[in-house]
Amino acid sequence: MSNSNLTRRGLLKTGAIAGAGLAVPTYLSADGHAYTNAPQGATVTLGFNVPQSGPYADEGADELRAYELAVEHLNGGGDGGLLNTFSSKALKGNGILGKKVEYVTGDTQTKSDAARASAKSMIEKDGAVMITGGSSSGVAVAVQALCQEAGVIFMAGLTHSNDTTGKDKRANGFRHFFNSYMSGAALAPVLAANYGTDRKAYHLTADYNWGYTTEEAVRSSTEALGWETVNAVKTPLTQTDFSSYIAPVLQSGADVLVLNHYGGNMVNSLTNAVQFGLRDKLVNDKNFEIVVPLYSRLMAKGAGANVKGIFGSTNWHWSLTDEGSKAFVKSFGTKYGFPPSQAAHTCYVQALLYADACERAGTFNPCGVGEALEGFEFDGMGNGKTLYRAEDHQCFKDVLVVKGKENPTSEFDLLEVVEVTPVEQVTYAPDHPQVAGGSLGTCNPGA
Amino acid sequence: MLGLSKKDTSLLIIVCILALFAPFILNPFPEGSAMAQFNAGYPDLMQRLVIFGIFAIGFNILFGLTGYLSFGHAAFLGVGSYAAIWMMKLLTMNVIPAIVVSIIVAGAFSLLVGWISLRRSGIYFSILTLAFAQMSYALAYSVLTPITGGETGLQPKYTDPRIFDRALEQGESARANLFGLQMNSSAELSVGNWLFTFNAGYYLAAIVMIVAFYMSIRIFRSPFGLMLRAVKSNQNRMNYTGMNSKPYTLAAFVISGMYAGLAGGLLVAMDTQVGAERMFWTASGEVVLMTILGGAGTLIGPVLGAGFIKYMENIVSKINKGILEQWFAFLPDGIEDLLITLVYPFIGKGWHLTLGMIFMLVVIFLPGGLVEGGQRVAAMFRRKKSNPETPDGKTTPAE
Repeated sequence: MSNSNLTRRGLLKTGAIAGAGLAVPTYLSADGHAYTNAPQGATVTLGFNVPQSGPYADEGADELRAYELAVEHLNGGGDGGLLNTFSSKALKGNGILGKKVEYVTGDTQTKSDAARASAKSMIEKDGAVMITGGSSSGVAVAVQALCQEAGVIFMAGLTHSNDTTGKDKRANGFRHFFNSYMSGAALAPVLAANYGTDRKAYHLTADYNWGYTTEEAVRSSTEALGWETVNAVKTPLTQTDFSSYIAPVLQSGADVLVLNHYGGNMVNSLTNAVQFGLRDKLVNDKNFEIVVPLYSRLMAKGAGANVKGIFGSTNWHWSLTDEGSKAFVKSFGTKYGFPPSQAAHTCYVQALLYADACERAGTFNPCGVGEALEGFEFDGMGNGKTLYRAEDHQCFKDVLVVKGKENPTSEFDLLEVVEVTPVEQVTYAPDHPQVAGGSLGTCNPGA
Repeated sequence: MLGLSKKDTSLLIIVCILALFAPFILNPFPEGSAMAQFNAGYPDLMQRLVIFGIFAIGFNILFGLTGYLSFGHAAFLGVGSYAAIWMMKLLTMNVIPAIVVSIIVAGAFSLLVGWISLRRSGIYFSILTLAFAQMSYALAYSVLTPITGGETGLQPKYTDPRIFDRALEQGESARANLFGLQMNSSAELSVGNWLFTFNAGYYLAAIVMIVAFYMSIRIFRSPFGLMLRAVKSNQNRMNYTGMNSKPYTLAAFVISGMYAGLAGGLLVAMDTQVGAERMFWTASGEVVLMTILGGAGTLIGPVLGAGFIKYMENIVSKINKGILEQWFAFLPDGIEDLLITLVYPFIGKGWHLTLGMIFMLVVIFLPGGLVEGGQRVAAMFRRKKSNPETPDGKTTPAE
């Protein structure tokens, strides 16, 4: 059916629309700023992109608390927290470069798509000049690439995979958290000292990117000290019952089980392993042991009594007694009534490091900020002397080896620090095979 | 016009106007005002609105016409996305090959899935498609990591071959473009306190959406569409008359799979990143919600439903407690706290709760979706001035 009746009304309508369409471009003006979202007026907006739903919602909630605390301290509120112990004194408590810090929040849902949508809306709609947060490496890599394209700085939150500052590194992205390689390098000597050098290890690995890099790191560090890897089995990320994976472990002749799992996965697999009585077994005349490469307090809480005596590594722990850690635990505890997690710590520190870099650079321009962060050495943030390496934008600092506490005194006192592995022992070359293959590119100021 | 009836032409024109003037329509509140929170006129969301509109239009060709409820359509979206990103990695950052190949690959994949799943109907068909989608998701997430990037997903890299493009200069990042017009380039127009953003990528997606919508009208009004409706109303009766309905349902399945692939390709063209979550079953469920919320079997319903859900997801989920406190700051303390406690569960991360309640209300009181709501409002006005052309208010003959 075709009818091409030209009516007076139709002609007028079409004409009006076409006219409006033609007139529009003459009003358009290109954005004249030097870089994306240059702050106008007396405020600067930061974007806090954390998981508020999904498997890591607990960590996300703690990250958000840390960011709110950081904003309070940057704007001169509260007790100043780590501003007092931070080795750089550029921050005055009057916001950043005299501009009051405001923030917007978003939910990453621990999905790359959702995280990018949320980060994009912060950049495009709310004018955020920096995006930070997240609790998963997949999300960190996705958002980092987005920030590179959009021309804003990305300060990674909790992300442990080697790839974030390895093959997926970007010039606009920075990570304070440690990585799989460091976990392996810090854990191996402690394991060798406690369990001997002729152990047979069996790996259960979460079947995704972070699992692979962690398995590789732990495997190569322990094998270098004489351990043998009997088998490595991948488990689906959505698995909640690991009994079918645990049963074959004893038949394999292995005497150590390494659980490359995180979050709920680790809670379930560890609980299953302990329930199977693995830890009471004697294999090859040695006590059967379990190792969890990446620990967090929230995971230890989930696994309850099962974590007792189990080794792992962590970025930071609230029981540390240096000035920085004490100051942070105090201001966080005063505000929220319980000690912060390592996710909260790394996010808080990232926010302060960004603010400090802006002050020292005298600009919010990502290129200037990046330059100020590259090769920056600092202290007093709870991890001892730390270096933001210029080659891959990864922080190098001491790594904590922790153990599940035998006699916890409270629901937060679940881990004890066994050893503080010095930074030299966990430092690697930027072209180390476990992280090789990426290129930073050059910084992108956008606009 | 264009082989459409007068009513369909005016519908198409309305969709064109909505799509082309979206930057104005979605940004009704001036910058910096308290209501600016509700502005949706920024490029990323506008792109998502029209792309998921395409996805829902395609889904509606299958579900709305044949009544076959596919619970695995996100798989086609995901497969299209992966195909598109590989085109960008291997051939060129120009979006045309990416979009075309995403349609072809998704079409081929849906042919395979449809050929197997359509052996059953009803709930069994739904479960089969769901199983296929979850398999695709699991494969993409772990087993096929070398092809799909696993959890991290895929992005264009500096080191990709891209045989048709010139080599990138050091530090230059690969950007999706249409013959040099970058998808993320925008022009801004500020009128008073209002700021309107016109984004190249959005307009490409909007034009594709209009074409997709036009094609869906033609399919709805064609003899083929009538055959599909016959499948929905009584497939047994059709089979008894000697008609083989399978080729028709399979064709509808493949067409809607291609629409999903097109949406997937466009998603990559706008934002050059693919993650496996795109294929998760909740994403398949979302398009079912969009279609039912807007009005299954209607032309414009799925587009409205998609827009509604994406708006909720991106705007309501970003309201946090601080913003609530600003809104209710003028009230006395006790009432302010009470209101915040009452409203807080429904915003921010609770947006799913709000969406669920609206969905329930729509399904119970407006079974025909938002379109039925619109028709009822229109009918209220129409009743006053009688309409001599269609005295019973119906244009379709009784069965």
